[in-house]
Amino acid sequence: MNASGKSKAWWSIANILVILYALIPLLWIISLSFKPASSVTDGSFIPKEWTLDNYKSIFDTSAFTSALINSIGVGLITTLIAVILGTMAAYAVARLEFPGKKVLIGAALLIAMFPQISLVTPLFNIERRLGLFDTWPGLILPYITFALPLAIYTLSAFFREIPWELEKAAKMDGATPFQAFTKVIAPLAAPGVVTAAILVFIFAWNDLLLALSLTSTERAITAPVAIANFTGSSQFEEPTGSISAAAVVITIPIIIFVLFFQRRIVAGLTSGAVKG
Amino acid sequence: MADIVLDKVTKKYPDGSVAVHEVDIEIADGEFVILVGPSGCGKSTTLNMIAGLEDITSGELRIDGERVNERAPKDRDIAMVFQSYALYPHMTVRENIAFPLTLQKLPKDEIAAKVDEAARILDLGQYLDRKPANLSGGQRQRVAMGRAIVRSPKAFLMDEPLSNLDAKLRVQMRTEIAQLQQRLGTTTVYVTHDQTEAMTLGDRVVVLRGGHVQQIGTPQELYNNPANVFVAGFIGSPAMNFLPGRLSTEGIDTPIGTIALDDLRSVLSRAGDVGSSGEVLVGIRPEHIEDAALVDPTTRAQGATFAANIDVLESMGSDIYAYFGIGSGSRASSDALAELSADSGADLGGSQLIARLSPDSKVTRGSTAELFYDASKVAVFDQSSGESLRRR
Repeated sequence: MNASGKSKAWWSIANILVILYALIPLLWIISLSFKPASSVTDGSFIPKEWTLDNYKSIFDTSAFTSALINSIGVGLITTLIAVILGTMAAYAVARLEFPGKKVLIGAALLIAMFPQISLVTPLFNIERRLGLFDTWPGLILPYITFALPLAIYTLSAFFREIPWELEKAAKMDGATPFQAFTKVIAPLAAPGVVTAAILVFIFAWNDLLLALSLTSTERAITAPVAIANFTGSSQFEEPTGSISAAAVVITIPIIIFVLFFQRRIVAGLTSGAVKG
Repeated sequence: MADIVLDKVTKKYPDGSVAVHEVDIEIADGEFVILVGPSGCGKSTTLNMIAGLEDITSGELRIDGERVNERAPKDRDIAMVFQSYALYPHMTVRENIAFPLTLQKLPKDEIAAKVDEAARILDLGQYLDRKPANLSGGQRQRVAMGRAIVRSPKAFLMDEPLSNLDAKLRVQMRTEIAQLQQRLGTTTVYVTHDQTEAMTLGDRVVVLRGGHVQQIGTPQELYNNPANVFVAGFIGSPAMNFLPGRLSTEGIDTPIGTIALDDLRSVLSRAGDVGSSGEVLVGIRPEHIEDAALVDPTTRAQGATFAANIDVLESMGSDIYAYFGIGSGSRASSDALAELSADSGADLGGSQLIARLSPDSKVTRGSTAELFYDASKVAVFDQSSGESLRRR
């Protein structure tokens, strides 16, 4: 075996190990979700007996369905607003010199680093006073706050990659700054916008801490909270099967979201703009 | 189409550095003007100020007689071709060229007609539906030109448009740009660091150094009559030879002997005007040095001969370049020459000189040859100020 073949083999082994490491827990959850309650603890990887009871049971009541709708709604609105604000902020950070720029970047970083748990109690009190507790806006507002630094940092990295001369060219061609942004810069930043959108959506979709503290009824409870609230059919039964089924269900929108947008996340969209 | 006037235009950055210092240039309608100079001389900044991409700190910029300092680029009606071409990668060639027109919200059929016309002029017809990524360097260059010409602007600005092309294509595109400009008759300001481009393209050339205009003139004026040692060293390839010299009542004492000048009196009085210490730089173009054996007696009276050890001979067919030394320790030193040397990599003012001899010359490598220089063509510069002491 020559040197390159050898290194290829090593890489393949390493890749397989990493993929297994990531996939086994996932496959396990899928397997658990198809097992009847009696065989959950039998330890076999492939269910001996397949059942859809777990999936049926989580949709028995409206609790999980309404939680899914809440999650999708809150996630999409958060994503939309955070990405629009983040795009504009990131553009400013990447391209413009303005007083207070360092403060803005610093504040964004501070929010990203701030432990959310320490904000839960104040947020709870504030939202109760303002009547935002257990509402969509009550979740969307803090989500946007915590997602914005992520969006700004991701997007400003993409904006820096776009040759500045394109914007100058657009200005020379008669575009207003707004036209230069919407017709030239934004289309080129699309992969970055999509990446940021996926990250923000996953952040909002996965959040348990804030959702658990700031919601209480079906009005605003999100899917992760609903799963945490699952109970077994009797107090002596663990709802392992239902949790697994729900976990599989809430993974599906993320997969759809990524598949839907992955065609846009292509590298080299700017190739050919300038001498390459 | 319009004339462009720069009236004491200055660019000063917030950190206090001055990129462009009180530049005065008057560009006539339809003229092709080149801004040339080594990197950092302020030529691109000047162009960006004309474009409106950089603010003018002081002074006035007039296009068509109107002050445009405060106008946004889009309101100046001038087109620019960038060094990197700056094509929009997400648009096809057609959309790229049509972009300025779509922004003007022209009717679709009018846009199509204008794009087709531009594509025809630039020979881009078959590439209209491609994306820039699938074009060669030369084609991209042409698309950038197309985007500029399609809306018939008042002026074209070009920022080193050829520097990303390979040597052969550069010469070809140079000719095309010259023809295009002549055909359209649009006022053009062209920035380059390449003196050959400046000489071949421009109606007039502006030489810049450190934000200051050194000289404005036709290529031939700059070549024959440089205002100072910087222009003399920058214009011409191979570069002018420089020798250290000292003014005396007989002429100029140099390492190749005393050069007698027929206009010595005016040189001396110029030297007095600029406060010269008497130390000068003597500049001789390579073509003004010839094999003494080939010079007829009448011409010989205009100059003098000297002996030189020929180090290297390069035959170009039409000419022979002879490299020879004038002895070590005789450096023609000057700030301008040091700056030019650093920029071009060549050693200007060093002890190695170049002569462009006739192909009939029988000079051989390693031998000592008798060379002739034409004293009437010799340039003389004050050593400290760099000013020409012998302008005709």
